[in-house]
Amino acid sequence: MPIQYYIILALVLFCIGIIGVLIRRNAIIIFMCIELMLNAANLLLVAFSKMHNAAATANNTNVGIEGQLFVFFIMVVAAAEVSIGLAIIVMMFRNVHSIDINFLNRLKN
Amino acid sequence: MAITEIIFWFLSALAVISAIMVVLSKSPVHSVLWLIAVFFAISGHYVLLNAQFIAIVNIIVYAGAIMVLFLFVLMLMNLNKETEPQKNLWMKLTGVVSGGCLLIILISLVRQATEIKGKIAVTKTGDIGLIKVLGKELFSSYVVPFEISSVLFLSAMIGAVVIGKKD
Repeated sequence: MPIQYYIILALVLFCIGIIGVLIRRNAIIIFMCIELMLNAANLLLVAFSKMHNAAATANNTNVGIEGQLFVFFIMVVAAAEVSIGLAIIVMMFRNVHSIDINFLNRLKN
Repeated sequence: MAITEIIFWFLSALAVISAIMVVLSKSPVHSVLWLIAVFFAISGHYVLLNAQFIAIVNIIVYAGAIMVLFLFVLMLMNLNKETEPQKNLWMKLTGVVSGGCLLIILISLVRQATEIKGKIAVTKTGDIGLIKVLGKELFSSYVVPFEISSVLFLSAMIGAVVIGKKD
C-alpha cells in the first residue's frame, strides 16, 4: 500500500484522540484518548519501518528494524504510564468522589 | 481490487469508526470496549504489514492487560451515564473545530510532500517483523535500553503501590 494511506490513517486516529482530550471531562476517557494517540504513532512507525526496508538494498536486510523496536519500547513506557496514571485517578476519586477533571483546578490561586 | 486492499480498507474503516465511538460514547464502559476494537484493528494492520511480533504484543499488552486495568478501575468506581460530566456545547464545538483544523493542515502537508511520493509500505512480505530477527537485534544492539526498561517497570510498580496506599 502507498505510504500516504498509512500516514493519513494515523493522522485521523491521532486527531480523533486530540478531539477526545479536548471535548471530554471524564479523566479516564481522556487517558484512553492518550492511548489512542500513542497507537496512531505506533502504526506510523511500523509503516515507515516497512517502507525503509523495501527501499534498502538487498544485501542489508535489517534496515528499518529500529522502527519496530521503538514501537516495543513505546509499549513498555505506555504500560508503566497507565499503571501510574490509574493509581493517580483512583487516589483522586477517593479524595473528591468524582473523576471530573474540573475538580482538579484546586491548585489555582 | 486485490484482497490486500480490501482488508486494508476494512481495517481502516473499523479503526476510524471505533475511534469515533470511543469519543462519542456516553457510557465509559462502552468507550473501553470500542477502544479494544480499535486495538484489534490496529493489530490487524500490523499483521498485514507482516510485523507479527508487534501484532501479538499489541493484543497481549494493550487489549489484554491495559484495557482490563481500565475496566477494573471503571467497575470499582461504579460510573454510569448519569454521573458522566458534560462540557457545554460551545466548548465541544471549539474542540472539534480546532482538532479538525489540525487534521486538515497535516493532511494537506502530507499531500504536498515530495519525499514520500511513490514510496510504498510493503505488505505481506519481508522478515524484519519476525520474532527471531527482532529478538536478535533487541538482545545485541538494544540490550542496554531493554535492561533500563526493567528499572522503569520496577519504579512504576513501586510508585503505583505508594500512590494507591491508603494512609
